[in-house]
Amino acid sequence: MNFIAEIDVMPRPELLDPQGKAVTLGLANLGMAQVADVRIGRHITIQLEAPTEKEAHDLVEKACKSLLANAIMENYTFHVKSLS
Amino acid sequence: MKFGVIVFPGSNCDDDMVYLLRETLGQQVVKLWHKDTSLQGCDFVVVPGGFSYGDYLRSGAIARFSPIMPEVQRHAERGGYVLGICNGFQILTEAGLLEGALLKNDHRKYTCKNVWLRSETQNTLLTRNLPAQSIYKIPIAHGDGRYYADEATLASLQEHDQIMFRYCTEAGKVEESVNPNGSIGNIAGICNKSRNVFGMMPHPERASELFLGNEDGLKMFQAILQK
Amino acid sequence: MNNLLETAQKLGLLPEELDKIKEILGREPNFTELSAYSVMWSEHCSYKNSIVWLKTLPKSKKGNGIWGKQVNGANEDTPPAGAGGLPSGVGGLLVEAGQENAGLVDIGDGLACAFKIESHNHPSALEPYQGAATGVGGINRDIFTMGARPIAQLNTLRFGNPTHERTKFLMRGVVKGIGDYGNAFGVPTVGGEVFFDECYHTNPLVNAFSAGILEIDKMASATSYGVGNPVFIVGSATGKDGIHGAAFASKDITADSIKDLPAVQVGDPFQEKLLLEASLEVIASGHVIGMQDMGAAGVICSTAEMSAKGEHGMRIDLDKVPLRQANMHGWEILLSESQERMLVVVKKGQEQAILDIFEKWDLNCVEIGVVTDTKRLEFYQHGEMIADLPAESLVLGGGAPVYKREWSEPAYFQAFQKFNINTVAEPKTTGEFTKILTHLLSHPNIASKRWVYEQYDSMVGTANASTNAPADAAVVLVKHPKGGKANRAIVITVDCNGRYVHANPEIGTMIAVCESARNVVCAGGEPVAITNNLNFGNPYNLEVYWQFVGAIKGMKMACEALNTPVTGGNVSFYNQSSSVGKAGGDVNNAVFPTPTIGMLGVMDNLAYQTTLDFKQAGDLIYLVGKSQEDIACSEYLYSYVGIKGSPAPHFNLEEEVKTQKAIYDLIRKGLLQSAHDVADGGLLVALAESSFHRDLGFAIATTQAMRADAFLFGEAQSRVVVSISPEKEADFLAYLQQNGVHHAKLGTVTKQDFAVDGAVVLPTDMAKGLYMNTLGEMMEG
Repeated sequence: MNFIAEIDVMPRPELLDPQGKAVTLGLANLGMAQVADVRIGRHITIQLEAPTEKEAHDLVEKACKSLLANAIMENYTFHVKSLS
Repeated sequence: MKFGVIVFPGSNCDDDMVYLLRETLGQQVVKLWHKDTSLQGCDFVVVPGGFSYGDYLRSGAIARFSPIMPEVQRHAERGGYVLGICNGFQILTEAGLLEGALLKNDHRKYTCKNVWLRSETQNTLLTRNLPAQSIYKIPIAHGDGRYYADEATLASLQEHDQIMFRYCTEAGKVEESVNPNGSIGNIAGICNKSRNVFGMMPHPERASELFLGNEDGLKMFQAILQK
Repeated sequence: MNNLLETAQKLGLLPEELDKIKEILGREPNFTELSAYSVMWSEHCSYKNSIVWLKTLPKSKKGNGIWGKQVNGANEDTPPAGAGGLPSGVGGLLVEAGQENAGLVDIGDGLACAFKIESHNHPSALEPYQGAATGVGGINRDIFTMGARPIAQLNTLRFGNPTHERTKFLMRGVVKGIGDYGNAFGVPTVGGEVFFDECYHTNPLVNAFSAGILEIDKMASATSYGVGNPVFIVGSATGKDGIHGAAFASKDITADSIKDLPAVQVGDPFQEKLLLEASLEVIASGHVIGMQDMGAAGVICSTAEMSAKGEHGMRIDLDKVPLRQANMHGWEILLSESQERMLVVVKKGQEQAILDIFEKWDLNCVEIGVVTDTKRLEFYQHGEMIADLPAESLVLGGGAPVYKREWSEPAYFQAFQKFNINTVAEPKTTGEFTKILTHLLSHPNIASKRWVYEQYDSMVGTANASTNAPADAAVVLVKHPKGGKANRAIVITVDCNGRYVHANPEIGTMIAVCESARNVVCAGGEPVAITNNLNFGNPYNLEVYWQFVGAIKGMKMACEALNTPVTGGNVSFYNQSSSVGKAGGDVNNAVFPTPTIGMLGVMDNLAYQTTLDFKQAGDLIYLVGKSQEDIACSEYLYSYVGIKGSPAPHFNLEEEVKTQKAIYDLIRKGLLQSAHDVADGGLLVALAESSFHRDLGFAIATTQAMRADAFLFGEAQSRVVVSISPEKEADFLAYLQQNGVHHAKLGTVTKQDFAVDGAVVLPTDMAKGLYMNTLGEMMEG
């Protein structure tokens, strides 16, 4: 079966996100003072083949843990969708 | 000629440019704060290198919305000179004053080193004293220096003789092996169609001091001053 | 009672330290106060296990020392023409070690250089990118809070075996972290060292050095006084960064609150750059009483140190501190180590001027308290006083404890002395020399660190001469803040061969100091002062402490001989794996003792600039200093022959001073084409390095009556390879003979090829390929 995984990797909430902070400032300078906070992460899609959705899920979990996210700095969430 | 060097939060080559223009070349030069909206009567505006707004999001993306930028736009439209170096080049492309975009280096690392440039046209203020196809040692220092333009834009750049510099070997050959960032056609610097807005990734101001052992960049600035 | 002791111990305090706290306060401390003492009396802030020894180091210059006079001792007061020596006062220390955020040395023309080195070893072991980045941030804040604009950075890195995946992971992260932070901050990284050895596998070392320039009359001090003056916190908001120790001792800790604790601190070079510009502008306004970076122990440390120095107190309202995370306890705010923050005390009535400047740079600037005459720190939260502490009782030199530790000589030391050169077969053929030189030039400890330094902006500031003119130390132009063409340079370097220090702490550290001075001299500078970064294992281990004591003794002797006093620095203990237990673990699990020396030199005449590269074929090559029948501790012996235990290389302090003074004078007489000290890898490597820049070669003869490997690859100290024009040979020799300086003619510079006794050992291009590409191939492969 073919699956697609939609993954979001975000800086952990307790950590400073310098990029988000600079963009907050940039938006405020553009007159959007209502913007209180910006946090910036990465969106990743992975297409994969697996016998079951459970196995697809486990594989994506492993990919996130080992490479896609730095556990010290980032959290990840994802969902897996069947393509067939 | 009166020079203005724009200072964005995170600019870090502003002082180098002021030092060169004031101490080495004896010119009148003022710093222009990005929150101001006046160019103080400057004839020549320099957008210096650095990391405006930390280069967060995309290099130059936030700086180009600074209050001073509409003035720079009007200055350029009036035919005033604007030179963007490194981060300045990135800001000018984000602002639409120069065509194309600067993407992450193909090897994904920030790189600072001397490279060789070949001048491609004598038909700009900056390069008018540089014989066609002559070679210059100028340093680069960037992570996002891969010049990119779509085919139509590239063809138009060629057609209008807007390519100022390409990366080349010490012998002047333009080839992929000496392309430091994967830029299309080894392009290192361009100008606009009206030939009054210039952008380049290499830093000629870092090659303009005898004690530092390299004065290749000085020729470009001297060309600006030549009556 | 027992509960309190238990909490104190969880916080890392000793029972006798708790007793001392009770005595100081006249009562039992609450948790907030106890936390404050625990961090302020930690090794990191109080230097309690090292200060007794650090105090023995020389703190001031004695005249011009060796530099202003001739080698043979004549003309003590009036330097002979052409013999150099800086003008009176130049090179002098303007603040004493430990008095301010960094050392400060007069470099002439009304300017001073603030410089310091600091470690970020443990954070880098955990998260190399952020660990190294925040290290760069911290050292630069130390420089610019004094009012100095940083103009150059160096760093020294130590990793395990470079073929190991962990090493590559650490190295990629550390180098990218240093680059991303320093490049955006806009201060050039102009040099440094990278060294690999298994002993650094678990505990890498990341030491960052920064130097800045200020006008002497515009220095900002880390002090606080003037009752009623407002106290501001500026820069980033405060989060729960770096408070793990205290958090786990807190009774309030729950599973939820652990989740809130950032495992690493994230650096923001953009914020730092704004902080730099705003700080210098605020200092220039003349409204500042004092300013200090918030590094370790954040608010508590900066309020305590500034107040103790100014002999005043502070009343601080913690509700006013801008916070990044919700629901922070008072002690969390006090101890937080969030980056890019500073404490500023301002003259009353000038608040608006200060606020305007920080507003201009889009920075937080909030008044959080006021200076008092109580000499106490009073912290309020939610309207209640949560801590009340005498400022002086918290700080080094005040109430902080001072310990004298015992030490004992480790068994390996005597074992290493038994090394006998005759057990090593002597290589005699050109083929063997080729094999050894190939090994050395492509050894990551010797090969070019291009893969590393090309990721650093080395040229921003348009002041670094090393890009096109390579030298043993970085030569950085000093541009006067008032304007005008630059007319002087600082000459800086960081050096330490931990293998030598491990073999013999006293001699190894003397070598570290002398090599750094030799590098400065070879580049054309006059060495004036040092900063040090003392990286050691667990100080409670007697044998580690023996290494520490030996290192300090050696540093003292070398600094006195060179007249380069110690302006301060940083101590990093516990660079040791599995160092638990009272005895402090095993000395063999500690890193090599690595007392990194950061040397500052001054070049007050730019004509003295001297590079390491041979200039043209036909120039003569000489060795100044004496070759020795010695291969001890060399890279050749250690990694080619494979003998790990041997004494430190040959070293004699008097010979060293003589060699350095000779090079110093020869440069000032304009007699040298190039100068390059013989260091790691020995003579042949030094000659190769001098050949690469202009693609030249050399032809030398092994006429010395000694083993070929000792002559070509030994690392005996106090030697410099110089090249001279043939027409200057007579003057050159006359000086050396007159002053009794040992020297030997080696041969000539040639157009290509490295030739020894008429046979080509390696062609220049092949040698250069090995030297330039090895590390990159290792890292990218």
